[in-house]
Amino acid sequence: MSTTVSTTVSTNETGKREFLVTGEHHVANGTLLGFWLYLMSDCLIFAALFATYGVLSSAYAGGPTGAELFDLPLVALNTTFLLLSSITYGFAMLQMQQKKVKGTMTWLMITGFLGLCFLAVELYEFQHMIHLGAGPQRSAFLSAFFALVGTHGLHVTFGCIWLVTLLVQINKHGLNTANRRRVYCLSMFWHFLDVVWIGVFTFVYLMGSMS
Amino acid sequence: MSDHHSHNDHDHHEEEGPHASFSGYMIGFLASVFLTAIPFWLVMGDVFTSQNVTVMVILAFAVVQIVVHMVYFLHMNFHSEGGWNMLALIFTAVLLFITLFGSLWVMYHMNANMMPGM
Repeated sequence: MSTTVSTTVSTNETGKREFLVTGEHHVANGTLLGFWLYLMSDCLIFAALFATYGVLSSAYAGGPTGAELFDLPLVALNTTFLLLSSITYGFAMLQMQQKKVKGTMTWLMITGFLGLCFLAVELYEFQHMIHLGAGPQRSAFLSAFFALVGTHGLHVTFGCIWLVTLLVQINKHGLNTANRRRVYCLSMFWHFLDVVWIGVFTFVYLMGSMS
Repeated sequence: MSDHHSHNDHDHHEEEGPHASFSGYMIGFLASVFLTAIPFWLVMGDVFTSQNVTVMVILAFAVVQIVVHMVYFLHMNFHSEGGWNMLALIFTAVLLFITLFGSLWVMYHMNANMMPGM
């Protein structure tokens, strides 16, 4: 644990020696609050994309509608992957609280695997739609759809990259303070993506399938 | 300098995240399974004849599920980070509400009032 902390010795004007221990004397949990603020700003990006989609959701331009394109069983499968990845991340957190490095890493790997399953299904869906001629350039509805769902997918992609990086770091340094903080931050990021997905499957897929 | 190394041993004054519990995660997970399955069933099974009723019900389910995720997975409460977490969340919710409903309301009326022959 002490490897993450360095001690610097300096002499000030009065000649008294001061000891500055970096990593100390900052607000407790400052990182977590800062990361939360970042997530809230991310939330506003999604709010703008949701609003755009809401406004354009019936601008089909004579092209296919959501009811014709969306495959609800596939969306249900995707939702299952994301929900399961939330609980497996929770198990990783519980293992970390018990200071079990192996258990934490195992559950994080399972979470990452579920994230990749989600991405695979989403890419298949996108590829299938583009193959049908329902790509982002077909209508305003589809532009808004790809922008919103694609941005969410991009977030999941970066979450997976972060997760792999974190696994390497935990493997190298164990569950030290810095790594625990990173696990907490990624936990917030991962669960936040799940919250956004609730909005996506309700607002885009379920409501789109009805009209 | 060597006698100051003892600082390093107790430096990390518990910068710990929220305390998570197994039962908390299980409650959250089971609730979210329930709250996901029902909207899918309502839409896929055409349970209600009125589409407006279905829309209202699934939106209500989504709101409840978001709250469940916030509480059980993101560990939101009024005293985490000295209340700043919640304050930021409420501020975001206000902006989100204005963005979403403002856009929909304005654009709906633009369509209704300004499109010729509609």
